[in-house]
Amino acid sequence: MKVLTLNFLTCAVKACKSSSASFPLHPKDCELVSDTIEANPALIYNVLPRVDWAALITTASELGFPTLPAQPPTKEELEADEKMMGELHTLLLETQISEGMLRCGNCGHEYRVKEGIANFLLPNHLV
Amino acid sequence: MLPTPSTSHVEFERVYEPAEDSYLLLDTLSSESEKAFLQHRFNNASIQSSPSPLVVEIGTGSGVVLSFIDAHAEIIFGRSDVFTAGVDVNIHASKATIQTVRVAEKEQATESKSHGFYLGNMVGDLATALRVGEVDVLVFNPPYVPTPDLPTVLPKETRDSFEADSHLLSLSYAGGEDGMEVTNRLLDSLPQILGEKGCAYILLCAQNKPEIVKDQIRKWGDGWTAETVGNSGKKGGWEKLQIVRIWRISPGSAIQ
Repeated sequence: MKVLTLNFLTCAVKACKSSSASFPLHPKDCELVSDTIEANPALIYNVLPRVDWAALITTASELGFPTLPAQPPTKEELEADEKMMGELHTLLLETQISEGMLRCGNCGHEYRVKEGIANFLLPNHLV
Repeated sequence: MLPTPSTSHVEFERVYEPAEDSYLLLDTLSSESEKAFLQHRFNNASIQSSPSPLVVEIGTGSGVVLSFIDAHAEIIFGRSDVFTAGVDVNIHASKATIQTVRVAEKEQATESKSHGFYLGNMVGDLATALRVGEVDVLVFNPPYVPTPDLPTVLPKETRDSFEADSHLLSLSYAGGEDGMEVTNRLLDSLPQILGEKGCAYILLCAQNKPEIVKDQIRKWGDGWTAETVGNSGKKGGWEKLQIVRIWRISPGSAIQ
């Protein structure tokens, strides 16, 4: 699963939905793999307006990526900053989580990621 | 007609095999009327910001529908910067979908054609792991066959592989009372899951009582409405299928 997916997911436990601590899920002991993807600036420009930037900063830092700026870069800033564009390309489009855990910051439940597939099925006592 | 993605690599002993219902979804999503609807909603220059849409399919099975949307994103949405992701309760279906999308994207690339951006597949119970308000287009080919009971969502703990596979397949078709028990759970979560412009395409069969289902959605208020936008034809029999589109008409908004 691409790292960007974490921007669209939360804990599956119903009681966690109302807690801001359930988003984003925190990667733990994750193995990453990188796909080689051709530069696609339009994709980056058009996804940034819908990304929860604060959550992306958290995810990037927890996965050991270079620190993102406090505010999302504008299209003009990205056009002028090849390095930032390259870092976002790697983080958003190329990097996949292949193995590890995703932990909810609210209830502490850990979802297993195996062969790039996160498993959000809950044990009976959490449904 | 757009080409149907190949699923020849899928183990159909434990993953739902593409059938009439899957193909009705493909035909509907690539029909002139739905292309016009989706392009107006998600690729409209008159709307100031038009970020990349996110398409999520619940119950991807072999992946034939999601890979079709991903491969033909530019034709369906008028833009190829479309993000796609899948959820299935069956791990084997999620693995199959990843492979099906990979093959379909490669096929597009070989012909120097664009495709969308596939984020991945997850194992999950319907939309329970999705963040509120993120999904633009949700697609669901539910377990719609009326059955006396519903299978449990968690995999069966058994050493008998035939029994385990049968249980997984039953999750793809067994719909409980009126074949609506699983669909109703998904419908209940739709207003939270879909974004402001979000819409859903859900397959129903005649025994699901589609007219009642649509009436109930129209009673949600807040501009929610539902229409049949695809039909398997005027055959008799209980498996007559239709695709219902569910969306919100915001009063005073440019989006209809």
